[in-house]
Amino acid sequence: MTIAFALREFRFWLTDYRRTWRGSIYTSVLNPVLYLGAMGLGLGTLVNARHAASLGGVSYLMFLAPGLLAAASMQTAVGESTYPVLASVKWIKTYQAAAATPLRPSDIFHGHLLFTAMRLTMNCSIFLVVIAAFGAVRSPWVIAALPVAVLTGMAFAVPIDAYAVTRNKDQSFSMLFRFGMIPLFLFSGTFFPITQLPGWIRPLAYITPLWHGVALCRSLSLGTATPDAALGHVAYLAGLIAVSLAVGRRTYRRRLYV
Amino acid sequence: MAVGGIDFDLHRGEAFGFLGPNGAGKSSTMRMIGCVSPPTGGELSILGLDPLTDGPAIRARLGVVPQEDTLDVELTVRENLIIYGRYFGLPRGVIAERTARLLEFVQLSDRAEDQVEPLSGGMKRRLTIARSLINEPDILLLDEPTTGLDPQARHVVWDRLYRLKQQGVTLVLTTHYMDEAEQLCDRLVVMDRGAIAAEGSPRELIGRYSTPEVLELRFDPGEHEQAAEKLADLPAERIEVLADRILLYLQDGDAALRAVRGLGLELLTSLVRRSTLEDVFLRLTGRRLED
Repeated sequence: MTIAFALREFRFWLTDYRRTWRGSIYTSVLNPVLYLGAMGLGLGTLVNARHAASLGGVSYLMFLAPGLLAAASMQTAVGESTYPVLASVKWIKTYQAAAATPLRPSDIFHGHLLFTAMRLTMNCSIFLVVIAAFGAVRSPWVIAALPVAVLTGMAFAVPIDAYAVTRNKDQSFSMLFRFGMIPLFLFSGTFFPITQLPGWIRPLAYITPLWHGVALCRSLSLGTATPDAALGHVAYLAGLIAVSLAVGRRTYRRRLYV
Repeated sequence: MAVGGIDFDLHRGEAFGFLGPNGAGKSSTMRMIGCVSPPTGGELSILGLDPLTDGPAIRARLGVVPQEDTLDVELTVRENLIIYGRYFGLPRGVIAERTARLLEFVQLSDRAEDQVEPLSGGMKRRLTIARSLINEPDILLLDEPTTGLDPQARHVVWDRLYRLKQQGVTLVLTTHYMDEAEQLCDRLVVMDRGAIAAEGSPRELIGRYSTPEVLELRFDPGEHEQAAEKLADLPAERIEVLADRILLYLQDGDAALRAVRGLGLELLTSLVRRSTLEDVFLRLTGRRLED
């Protein structure tokens, strides 16, 4: 019953997405092409010429691509869980419309997350294809980077959904972007190994979900993943999602049942 | 707490109203009946079920027209109904058949493929009503169904609701318009400050709390007070002195008006009318409904 209800909300989002999917596909292809072109190839030639050793002997493109995959998943997730949630609960009130039907707040929450997971799977798949086209892959294990990247995105989408549903204004989101997403994007090991950071700041990177996603996607793509480390990363991300799910079920309920 | 100590029963097939000013607790009561606001105390049974444990089962049999439109303005008129039908788990064929029929019913068939955003307020309201009927509900909840609509759009909505009532749909509505309550409700409760002040049919309430006729008088503002004193001698059952006019509650308005004319006061306008629910509300609470 619970899943059937969540699927109804998922179908609502699918119907909604039918109007905009074409544009979103262009973005999903263009985004990795631009980043890999400019940073992987452009900046990469400088890096490869002088610092190949500090990247463990791989080209900068190969180092960067799987990290970007995880980081792009985070960006998509943040986009899907901020304004769409606020619009649904505050601006057009489609959440309230659904809450007047048999659906419960938790079904509405889960259904929206299912849709986010689908969007992440789409975007990350396209990203992987582009990476392969750039020849930036070394191991067939890169296939496993797809679910890991989706998991990474969900580790952002679930807690941000749970938070966004409590908001009334979108100002809170600019704080989230400025002090959350952008620093993470830059300092979670996507563009350079965090061993390059001062020692005191590294633990901060280790607790961010993005670092776990980046590290695991990279090790899979380069073929250096070990079962222990992989399990650790997945457990961290899954644990964060599980806790956020419990919180979100409460915040959705409190917001929709007043 | 928005409401405390309200007690009422709904009967199948009737139109039941909550009449009261803004902030009287009408919407809170509606949200509790709609199973989207758990009551913190007391006893609430809807369709014989407990909203705390059977919310989904109850909501499956309710239709809800909220005070604020919750339509998806980026989708088309038809898509809004289809999505709603899916929320209730209806099969595709049933949704298609009902969508066509309901759009016909609310006179929106020719706008079926249009986006919702540019529709007028009255059309959006009618679409919301059509959407609320997609599951063929046992009870239709309407929270201020015509607030914010122009008079013509209100009449169209009233006409549609009246037809639903004829078809045997149980209507529960809140309103702060006494004419709406009089037109649509078989039975109603007058709410004030989170409690029920009176209950009955519009006719019963008027009979119980007001007189058959009301004489409304307007005087020159300078004479208002003085006039009120003089009028006290007339055989009215009750006098209400409002800021801008004086209301005399009595059996025969015309006779009283002749008597007033004999008092030699500077009378600006006068009106003899039948009592309405507005008078009932004034009597019960000392305040007017629409301020």
